[in-house]
Amino acid sequence: MTEPLLSIADLRVAFATRQGLVRAVDGVSLDVREGECLGIVGESGSGKSVTFAGVMGLIRPPGRIEGGSIRFEGRELVGLDPQAYRRLRGRDIAMTLQDAQTSLNPALTVGTQILEVLLAHGDDLPSGRARLRAARQRAVDMMTLVGIPAAARRLGDYPHQFSGGMRQRMMIAIALSCRPKLLIADEPTTALDVTIQAQVLELIASIRATLGMSVVLITHDLGVVAEYCDRVAVLYAGQIVESGPTAQVISDPRHPYTAGLLRSVPVLSHLDRPIHPIEGQVPDLIDLPPGCRFLPRCPMARTACHNPVPFHAFAEGRAARCVLAEAPR
Amino acid sequence: MRSVALLQRLLHLVPVLFGVTVIVFLMMSLTPGDPAEIMLANQNATPEQVASLRHDMGLDRSLPTRFVTFVGHAVQGEFGLSLFHRRPVAAVIAERLPATIELSAAALLFALFMAIPLGVVAAVHRGGILDRLATVGSLFGVSLPGFWFGILLLLAFAVNLRLLPVSGAIDFAHQPPGLTGFLVIDSVLAGRMDSLGNALAHLLLPAITLGLPMAAILMRVTRASMLEVLRQDYITFAEAKGLGRTRILALHALKNALLPTVTVAAIETGSLLGGNMVVETVFGWPGLGRLVVESIFVRNYPLVQAAVLLYAVTYVLVNFVADMLYTVLNPRVRM
Repeated sequence: MTEPLLSIADLRVAFATRQGLVRAVDGVSLDVREGECLGIVGESGSGKSVTFAGVMGLIRPPGRIEGGSIRFEGRELVGLDPQAYRRLRGRDIAMTLQDAQTSLNPALTVGTQILEVLLAHGDDLPSGRARLRAARQRAVDMMTLVGIPAAARRLGDYPHQFSGGMRQRMMIAIALSCRPKLLIADEPTTALDVTIQAQVLELIASIRATLGMSVVLITHDLGVVAEYCDRVAVLYAGQIVESGPTAQVISDPRHPYTAGLLRSVPVLSHLDRPIHPIEGQVPDLIDLPPGCRFLPRCPMARTACHNPVPFHAFAEGRAARCVLAEAPR
Repeated sequence: MRSVALLQRLLHLVPVLFGVTVIVFLMMSLTPGDPAEIMLANQNATPEQVASLRHDMGLDRSLPTRFVTFVGHAVQGEFGLSLFHRRPVAAVIAERLPATIELSAAALLFALFMAIPLGVVAAVHRGGILDRLATVGSLFGVSLPGFWFGILLLLAFAVNLRLLPVSGAIDFAHQPPGLTGFLVIDSVLAGRMDSLGNALAHLLLPAITLGLPMAAILMRVTRASMLEVLRQDYITFAEAKGLGRTRILALHALKNALLPTVTVAAIETGSLLGGNMVVETVFGWPGLGRLVVESIFVRNYPLVQAAVLLYAVTYVLVNFVADMLYTVLNPRVRM
């Protein structure tokens, strides 16, 4: 098999706080293959956003990458020279943030905000006067592709002159303007109305097909994952607890946390079915016992769980961090 | 569209300026002491002579009548005779005004060029040595009284090191031909580099003294708003776009962070006007501030009245300019 587009191995990210070292990401390993859509699921604080801030090279003090490796197209990104990283960001790996309202600069026109990416990375743009014209054309093309009507006329508008859905489209257009190989979409739907959520996800899916890029969809919504992702990785307390093909993970979860997440989702067709929230709370990431991090909340806890549990493959393409992973539920 | 809004905003100034005029007029009328009596105080004047002067000055008429006359004259730039100079107040002020504007502008420039870069650097390297130096320095800047700091500068640079002149706005030998009254501009217009150098050397210390407290406050405001802005999602997004550090700081961050700085700068320009009186006195600066101080001592009421009105109008206009600048920086408040 060819090398994956993005390969994260044993990534560890910690934040120095007054209370102690917070290990926000603790040994995360995952691959993103060419052209696939990988779903990253986890609650707030599970480390899903921090992992990909690490991929983008955007961990700032007091945060620090403590160890592990991030390889993109075979190239090591941990410790990469800042200038080289800058050229990579926005061109090869792009990211959209949760809320377009706060992610677009209110003081600059959207034209400025999309053109600057194109001009910063446009090695293939012509030089001189034609450069700006070519960049404008690309900006308009991309805005049209994401479904912004009359794109050319909107270049001079400010973000506040766009509706919520259009702002989200604009942010996606900016992220995709240099046609990256990988798009990291950090909770692309959380800040949107339900009706617009579907539009934005459909848009990402269709552009993914058009441009042939890989997508990492960070979300806490298993429904979104089921609909759009080829594979899924579930994060809990800074570690991946389960990963595998989406359909298999959803129909046959092998980690009690994944199972718990699935049980806590209301199903519209069976509203009479009771919802089972997971009891207890996410552990404090400062003083963690060596054993399974889900242990205090786990309905199936046993003695072996007090020892470190390895994240291990138990079937083709599937892995989990649970001593009971081999046994189907 | 924008010019209509601009016009509306300008029309709003009319009632404000009218209010200011009423207040200035009333304050001067209610101040104890009869100008006519003060003018004739040392001349053993008879009550008839005082009454005659009061009549000449219009002081025997009713307050509303005097107000209408005052406003009528004021809009034509007529503020009566300066009692001390025996010349029209407007002419005396016009003579002194350029020096004050020049000094204030220099102080404002000094403050902005100190405060904005320092504020940005302090915020970016929060907790670093430069940040701490700038923060402590700004505390000094706000706390040092202008008259004391000015004298200190004079002692160091003019008296001991003899690097800079002690007082005045220019040396007689370097006086450029007076076209505008602004020494720096006149020097450039006349192509007199010696005059320009001399004028700038005179300008340096008073401008620093006058601008320092403002620089200190603006530095703190810029630092605080920069810290706030750097936490915003749009900065993270700009970084994720692979933009250079300079572009992110100078365009994405600063354009948002300058909003509070502009507002405070406009308010502080008011205190610049007050600071002028102290600094001009310390440095023997031939400006309006010193003229007003001298006029207060000799109870030159017409001049003080006109100057106070001028200060008030300036203050209102500066805030108007700040509002306009605000709409440039912040597209959301564009009408």
